[in-house]
Amino acid sequence: MVILFTSKPSIIACGVAAGPLEQRSVFYSYFDSVAEDERWGQKSNEQGHSKMIQEACDIVMEKAKIKNLDVDFFLSGDLVNQMTPTNFAARELAISFIGLFSACATSVSSVIVASLLTELGASQYAIAGAASQHNAIERQFRYPINYGFQKPATAQWTVTAAGYALIGKHDPNLPSIVAGTVGKVVDYGEVNPLHMGGAMAPAAYDTITSHLKKRHQKITDYDLIMTGDLGKIGLKILKAMFAQSGEKQEDLEIFRDAGGEFYGEDEKFQAGASGAGCSASVFFSYIEQQLKTGRFKRVLLVATGALLSPLSYQQGETIPCTAHAIEITME
Amino acid sequence: MLFFNFLIAFMVGGIICVIGQLLMDVGKLTPGHTLVTLVVAGSILDGLGLYDPLIDFAGAGATIPITSFGNALTHGAMAEAEKHGWVGVLTGMFEVTSSGISAAIVFGFLAALIFKPKGKVD
Amino acid sequence: MDPQEYQQLEQQITPPTPYVKNVLKAFLVGGLICTIGQAIMYLYIIFFDFTDKTAGNATTATMVFIAAVLTGLGIYRKLGAFAGAGSAVPVTGFSNAVVSAAIEGRTEGMVLGVGGNIFKLAGSVILFGVGSAFFVALIKLILVTAGVVKW
Repeated sequence: MVILFTSKPSIIACGVAAGPLEQRSVFYSYFDSVAEDERWGQKSNEQGHSKMIQEACDIVMEKAKIKNLDVDFFLSGDLVNQMTPTNFAARELAISFIGLFSACATSVSSVIVASLLTELGASQYAIAGAASQHNAIERQFRYPINYGFQKPATAQWTVTAAGYALIGKHDPNLPSIVAGTVGKVVDYGEVNPLHMGGAMAPAAYDTITSHLKKRHQKITDYDLIMTGDLGKIGLKILKAMFAQSGEKQEDLEIFRDAGGEFYGEDEKFQAGASGAGCSASVFFSYIEQQLKTGRFKRVLLVATGALLSPLSYQQGETIPCTAHAIEITME
Repeated sequence: MLFFNFLIAFMVGGIICVIGQLLMDVGKLTPGHTLVTLVVAGSILDGLGLYDPLIDFAGAGATIPITSFGNALTHGAMAEAEKHGWVGVLTGMFEVTSSGISAAIVFGFLAALIFKPKGKVD
Repeated sequence: MDPQEYQQLEQQITPPTPYVKNVLKAFLVGGLICTIGQAIMYLYIIFFDFTDKTAGNATTATMVFIAAVLTGLGIYRKLGAFAGAGSAVPVTGFSNAVVSAAIEGRTEGMVLGVGGNIFKLAGSVILFGVGSAFFVALIKLILVTAGVVKW
């Protein structure tokens, strides 16, 4: 479903907080704060996760020179069971809160909801975004952190990062959200939880083609189409899908993937980064700043999410995936 | 002679690990399924009376891999069954194997007191 | 594109499993761990008056201890990422599974966290080892009773 935002809500300010390992990210210089301690001085990884979300939101409000009382909505999610890190951060922030779960696609689904609320006139300011903390997510979805197992080349590394954007009324000097696509849940039968890129690529393809069709656009109408965390291999698969559908090889350069680029060419991270904080931290730092400087005029941001749980995987279910997209322009 | 024993331990231990690796890569088993398969294999081999000769031949090459865990459990159960019949099947089980499990439990407990999980890549 | 076509495309692009490399790494590391075990066994026999039979248990406990420390320091994780089954199959891998689960549960308290999770990974190995031992011994007992085989 493609939604056109006629009032063009703007991204007023962004904030990204990341963990110590994320200093190795190629996007490191765009992050607002990088912690020394992956637990943010807290007792547990989950508490650290929560603290990181608070910090990113505080940065957002500080940049926009507003207080939590000025913010109407906090729209966010993470990957921990029942999203307790986000819920607990919302308790500290004391802003009206709706928790959203689209796995790693939450970074964009939250912005779509924030834009809708802004378009309605129900929201002056809304903070939207997502986060993930490596240790808290890995222990839930895979093995204990200190357990030694071999990862295939398709595996991805869950980032420790929180990325948030303040969505408000249209401002011609700021990046503005003109359309959003709420993705369907797509399942092409992938069962390997260590090949998320392969599971999610069809969802990204479905969402991107739906968006382009409704908007009567070609991929070349964009300066950039960036997916969330397909990883290096998932991005190749996505490009191959568009090549098969008749796109020219040179036009496919328009596609980039935040997860695939996140840690550069370091092979220790296999196919790249993943996690809800991956797309959130790249979209709401690097991409926002490139839009502001005018390097990009029109971008399509497509956050991808794998909607599995350790339980569903053990029960032999395939991995259903989704992708949500927002089209952002700079006048 | 000593060198020869080390070489045999190396070869046999290595080959058992290779079987495990093939179960993972070719058989597409998770580490959990792989280890369970090997433990059951060790147990059956002992039932057939084949694991003891392997230990005599390869030493640590046969006692260190997890297959020896299945072997030891079966060995204990069978030894007691020989002496005490049906009840022995249950009572003898942990006779031989307790060291690996008890050591892992004790050290696991102690490690939990000392260490924190750290998500470092290298 | 239907799912079958897609799976073909996915397979073309996904890099194949490096079977040979993985097997070599598993063989070398697994072999090396067993060789270290052999050396420790000899140390017990030569310096502590253990016999061939009793040295086995002491060796296992020692290997488990070493692996526990390496797990705590995060070194066994790296070894596992490199060696695959080479470090998972030896008893040190069992130790890694137990200890890593125990460390992970620490934040949920000693009873529910550590106690409740310590066998999260290794539990299935114990269950199937015990189950299999039970049935193998039972079958053997039946066969002996029936006079088919001897102990």
